[in-house]
Amino acid sequence: MRVGVITFPGTLDDRDAARAVVAGGSEAVSLWHADADLKSVDAVILPGGFSYGDYLRCGAISRFAPVMSLVIEAAGKGMPVLGICNGFQVLCESHLLPGALTRNSDLHFLCRDQEIEIVNNTTPWTTSYKAEEKIVIPLKNGEGSFQCDDKTLAELEGEGRVIARYVGHNPNGSRNLIAGITNARGNVVGLMPHPEHAIDELTGPSAQGLGFFTSILNAMVK
Amino acid sequence: MAKIVVDVMLKPEILDPQGNAVASALPRLGFSFAKSVRQGKRFEIEVEGEPTAAQLAEVEKAAEVLLSNPVIENFVVRVEK
Repeated sequence: MRVGVITFPGTLDDRDAARAVVAGGSEAVSLWHADADLKSVDAVILPGGFSYGDYLRCGAISRFAPVMSLVIEAAGKGMPVLGICNGFQVLCESHLLPGALTRNSDLHFLCRDQEIEIVNNTTPWTTSYKAEEKIVIPLKNGEGSFQCDDKTLAELEGEGRVIARYVGHNPNGSRNLIAGITNARGNVVGLMPHPEHAIDELTGPSAQGLGFFTSILNAMVK
Repeated sequence: MAKIVVDVMLKPEILDPQGNAVASALPRLGFSFAKSVRQGKRFEIEVEGEPTAAQLAEVEKAAEVLLSNPVIENFVVRVEK
């Protein structure tokens, strides 16, 4: 199983994402933003960071990187795509996912271990989790407040497309405590907290993030 | 030289934490005039000569595709002498 990890200028978490892919049992394939080549990968991860310095809006410039046109095309054909943090922002700017991520409601950059609940465990990235399973993984961002209009929110909730919610206090003002969503087809997932930083207890708050990376292997092998 | 100005503002229904922070800082400095503050972005685009209708149409398109995110923001294009 080949899982691509895209590096944009300013991406930070590509190495941890690649390490998590390997820990999950797949091969990690480095993809460069300027390449018009997906190197025959079976799935793609857009990792966290500050691509293009977050200039203009988070993810707004990355959306037009050459590799993204291929990702958008492949996602349309059903290829699994996971955007984490800045990757989630890029997916929203690319219109692969609805809504937008805006400045945290209290203006602070947050960096902490966050409990989330896996609400939808049927996407290719979440099948390793039990329904309503609660996990603790790092949350670290300045613009993580998920916003969308009422109609979009009703669609996301009505179609079971919220995949994860914050547990307890709302850390950033996201509507309906949304930490992650998926597209109508279910192959594209955006998640604000970072499962790739929680794949073993030596370097993370838990190993509970690993499920995202074992899920994708299972989804592909089936 | 004419300037095309694009003002981008968060839609009224979108929370603006930066504007709120400015609004709460003003009274601390003794400024009591503000009922509320919204913060936005302004782009100044220089073109040769007077902007043509075609150029303005292109700027409108660029504002929709790149300069603003229509999900959360509105924009206005105007010419400044």
